[in-house]
Amino acid sequence: MDDLAALSSPIHSIHPLAKLIVTISYIILTVSFSKYDLSGLIVMLLYPVIIFSISGIPIKTCFYKLRIVLPLVCAVGLFNPFFDKAPLMSIGSIAVSGGVISMITLMLKGMFCLMASFILVATTTMDAICAALRKIRMPGMIVTLLLLTYRYVSVMIDEVSVMATAYKLRAPGQKGVHYSAWGSFLGQLLLRSMDRAEEMYSSMQLRGFSGEFQYADVSPAKPKDYLYTVFAVGIFFLFRMINIATLFGGIALGGSL
Amino acid sequence: MHMADALLSPPVATVMYAASAAATGISVHKLKKDENTQKLPTMAVAAALVFAGQMINYTIPGTGSSGHLSGGMLLSALLGPQAGFLSMVVILAIQSLFFADGGLMALGANCWNMAFYGCFVGYYLIWQPIMRGRLFPKMEAKAAARTKIIMASVIGCIVTLQTGAFSVVVETSLSGITELPFGAFCALMQPIHLAIGLVEGLITTAILIFVFEARPELLQEVNAKTGGHKGKLTLKKTLVALAVLVVMVGGALSLFASSNPDGLEWALFGNTEAGYNENMALDEEDYGIESGLSEKAASVQEKTAFLPDYSFADSESAAGTAVSGIVGSAIVAVAAAGISVLGRFFRKKKQA
Repeated sequence: MDDLAALSSPIHSIHPLAKLIVTISYIILTVSFSKYDLSGLIVMLLYPVIIFSISGIPIKTCFYKLRIVLPLVCAVGLFNPFFDKAPLMSIGSIAVSGGVISMITLMLKGMFCLMASFILVATTTMDAICAALRKIRMPGMIVTLLLLTYRYVSVMIDEVSVMATAYKLRAPGQKGVHYSAWGSFLGQLLLRSMDRAEEMYSSMQLRGFSGEFQYADVSPAKPKDYLYTVFAVGIFFLFRMINIATLFGGIALGGSL
Repeated sequence: MHMADALLSPPVATVMYAASAAATGISVHKLKKDENTQKLPTMAVAAALVFAGQMINYTIPGTGSSGHLSGGMLLSALLGPQAGFLSMVVILAIQSLFFADGGLMALGANCWNMAFYGCFVGYYLIWQPIMRGRLFPKMEAKAAARTKIIMASVIGCIVTLQTGAFSVVVETSLSGITELPFGAFCALMQPIHLAIGLVEGLITTAILIFVFEARPELLQEVNAKTGGHKGKLTLKKTLVALAVLVVMVGGALSLFASSNPDGLEWALFGNTEAGYNENMALDEEDYGIESGLSEKAASVQEKTAFLPDYSFADSESAAGTAVSGIVGSAIVAVAAAGISVLGRFFRKKKQA
């Protein structure tokens, strides 16, 4: 993830706060579509597709990351067709019920939102996101905690995997950690980490930590950042208000608007 | 229990954000007043630990399935409610950002459902009263403290998960996302979270007991002085109390669940749980298991729960209640076995 965020592209260079605002407004507007408004929602697909292609992040990575979560989102809507059987529209002679439409809408919403948050973290480093959060007056304590935890998660994951490997080697053919070792396994890890945290704090203090990190490298927002924010959010609103898909469909069919 | 963005409508999400933000604000204010900056690294480490700990699968004796840790009770017992809450918020934020577990817009709701109940409700209504109370006066101080830890963690995890699961139902229903009727949705969510809560309670107990043995001063509200003489560990009372509690909750939920056509989904739910967990090896996305479990099982239940012959009080639904009662008793038995084995394990350890 950090590797992706460290790439350089026009999207990566946009101010983190701008990206944060764009992502959140995208999610809110996407979710606010009515559950039968499938054609309106489809247009929102453009944002992730365009950003993926500009930023050069492989879309495969995104779906690989989301492979566990996506089915869950989809499963929630899976039963709408059974409850909502009123026919809403018909394709040729086949009537499509409201439940089918709302199921597809729900799945797409879930997918779009996941893609949008993936784009945010794949194009922005954690430090940058935290600096942006600090800018919008998020309490320093939370931001510091977020940064520290994020840094520490990878350390802990390494440590856990070392312990898990050691455990597995000593307990061949066993699935998971045996209940007799539940407490000592995590407990040992906890005690070791607590000691480490104390050392960490002492070394932070020795380096002049006064309760909050300083963010020196946040560049001020440039005109292009404002432009990007206004443009993107504006487009989202436009998509939300006007059903572009039906509009174009109408034009293509030669009908009047 | 992590909710995705698509499950919430913007107004509900906003309200939940506001509620969680208020709780966060209060926590930050309180911690600032105490000038507790040296707590920060400890909080970060504990949060990272819970995060990493969620990736370990624990085998649950006798069921062939496994569970993992969620952490609200654990964090508040180690750090206190405010610091625990903030740590949970940070964990949830990282999960939603980097692991797509729970949505960005749903973060407020997720913080409320898991962190608020787990830390504030769990701490002030369960952990603190139990730890401060003069329970088990006949026991030696240390044994009493240990029993109280077991009781507080198990009850705490069950209660906080139940309230959390209920909130998920309320929030989703208010958002008008699912077509499921409110009562039916409740009947799907609550029983499965009872099982999850029990497992979590046991894992939390195991860790806290270990910490209590090794370094009692790390725990909130635990009198460090009690760590004196070896006490004879009598778990009978706890077991009885727990069994009574579980039977009571299980009975209440069985009544609730009797609006389902039959007991089939109970069996189904057990199998899905085991099967699903077996497929989940130790990998980094694994902590999603909790939401995975509930939603997957819920979806299976949905299928079976709405058979056309949906009826209330006939012989079929009575059979359903009976089956659920049996399953409930099995859970109690498993819990009892787990606790007693744990107790023996720690006793042996101490003698060694």
